[in-house]
Amino acid sequence: MGGQPTLAAYLILGAILFSIGVVGIFLNRKNVIILLMAIELLLLAVNINLVAFSRYLGNLEGQVFVFFILTVAAAEAAIGLAILVVYFRNRRSINVEDIDELRG
Amino acid sequence: MNAFLLHWTFAIPEIWVLSMACVVLLADLYLGERLRDVAPVLTVLTLLGAAVLTFFEIGQSGTAFAGQLILDPFTNVAELFSYLAVLMVVLYSRRYLMDRGIYRGEIYVLLLFALLGVMVMVSGGSLLSIYLGLELLALSQYALVAFHRDSLSATEAGLKYFVLGALASGLLLYGMSLLYGLTGTLDVRHIAAALVNVNSSNLILVFALVFIVAGIAFKLGAAPFHMWLPDVYQGAPTVVTTFLASAPKIGAFALIVRLLIDGGYGMLESWQQIFIALTLVSLVVGNLIAIAQQNLKRMLAYSTVGHVGFLSLGIVAGTAAGFASAFFYTIVYVLMSLAGFGMILLLSRAGFEAERIDDFKGLAQRKPWYAFLMLIIMFSMAGVPPTVGFYAKLAVFQAVIAAGYVWLAVIGVLLAVIGAFYYLRVVKVMFFDAPDPDVDFENAPIVRDDLASATLSMNSLALLVLGIVPGPLMAFCFYAMQGVI
Repeated sequence: MGGQPTLAAYLILGAILFSIGVVGIFLNRKNVIILLMAIELLLLAVNINLVAFSRYLGNLEGQVFVFFILTVAAAEAAIGLAILVVYFRNRRSINVEDIDELRG
Repeated sequence: MNAFLLHWTFAIPEIWVLSMACVVLLADLYLGERLRDVAPVLTVLTLLGAAVLTFFEIGQSGTAFAGQLILDPFTNVAELFSYLAVLMVVLYSRRYLMDRGIYRGEIYVLLLFALLGVMVMVSGGSLLSIYLGLELLALSQYALVAFHRDSLSATEAGLKYFVLGALASGLLLYGMSLLYGLTGTLDVRHIAAALVNVNSSNLILVFALVFIVAGIAFKLGAAPFHMWLPDVYQGAPTVVTTFLASAPKIGAFALIVRLLIDGGYGMLESWQQIFIALTLVSLVVGNLIAIAQQNLKRMLAYSTVGHVGFLSLGIVAGTAAGFASAFFYTIVYVLMSLAGFGMILLLSRAGFEAERIDDFKGLAQRKPWYAFLMLIIMFSMAGVPPTVGFYAKLAVFQAVIAAGYVWLAVIGVLLAVIGAFYYLRVVKVMFFDAPDPDVDFENAPIVRDDLASATLSMNSLALLVLGIVPGPLMAFCFYAMQGVI
């Protein structure tokens, strides 16, 4: 292995990024854009996992999966931003604390 | 027929729905101004055509495209019920959308793409195709929920649904990546074969199962992953809520079938424990919080959480009969929600959503037939014989008792009794209360919509008829589970 990062190192990196993403969704009280960034981080953490496993197993399927996830993530971000824009037009704010019309 | 063609024949219904969704989009673009009904009419034709194509596939089974697609009885049956659900949403939708100025072709295109997502999920044979189907469904749903773009509550519901739905996809995907790392394959059947050699206390396997079950629970709406459900059901336009409670639930059930049963049946004991916890929390949270609701859409959302608790009793049983009864419950739930939300749709008009329970006060005097249909729907949801809701609950209880979880069945029955309270309250309000004096019913009568009201009558009476003759539907569900286990 001589200086090469091990599989475990990649998995830990993936787990840390994933945790940052989840914590970012739940702790963030400021701005919806940050939520979108956190969601993106979740998907990219999964990509790191898949690429690391794929390299380690010598099996290409994981890397193919990554390409699909990247594409879906782009579509997801586009729809998320579109919904954010129509929401802003109605509410004049994208503060997470202002999203309180529906509750109970 | 050579093998290459055979691959494509397995995907014919999917190809048909995809092509027709594009045709509807173009037809609406060029003809939508003059012929406003072109999109819904074409959508109905698409669904009927898809049903015919799927019908020809019944009896065949196998895999196509290197295992990406599975064709088995479950695929056919689940697809047929998804068409039926979307068909009913389309038949209900017209006047509601017109009243609110959102009668546009895009909503039907989005419904077809969401349906395509469900179809790919139910026939998905690898983690990749299941994920793509799930995302196609989810992305269409986000857009549908926020479709009424001038409404603050609809856009807010869309935003909430987007954030939590994306989190759920992320959880599911993380579980999938661990499963891939553990088994070295994306194909669910190969995963099942590879898991035979894995110790069930393997840490990575436990993590993978927890993440996958959490993702599925999010999509199904099982507590404690239900927080998006009440807000989205209440905020979305009622047509979209009707859809959310129908075909996507079949898709979520397909996730269980493909990932946990096809892929992880060998690890049954590991994920069964998680499902027992989900079932208990869903039953308690759904049935208790629903009592406090004044908004009918919100109440039905919590009742959905309760229903998910009941249907997962069948999953917990872990037997072929259990899975068949859970599938039966899912289909019955879909029919009941279509009827329940269809009733709200039909009674609403511009400026009046008919979504508060108080709006149903005195309905028996104003519209006795609708009050009678609503009575059947509420009785069926509560599980009162002779409606089909009773038979669905009976089937899951039988399965879970046969599997040895008597205590779970006892808790389930107790919560079903508690749940009956809030359904019967709606019945009481309809038959024994005077109409709300604040609402001017005289100047805003219920607009006639013969198509929707005929659909609603058939939908509600079906709950009664299926309750009296549940045999064929149950046999259909057993047939669906044949190829799975």
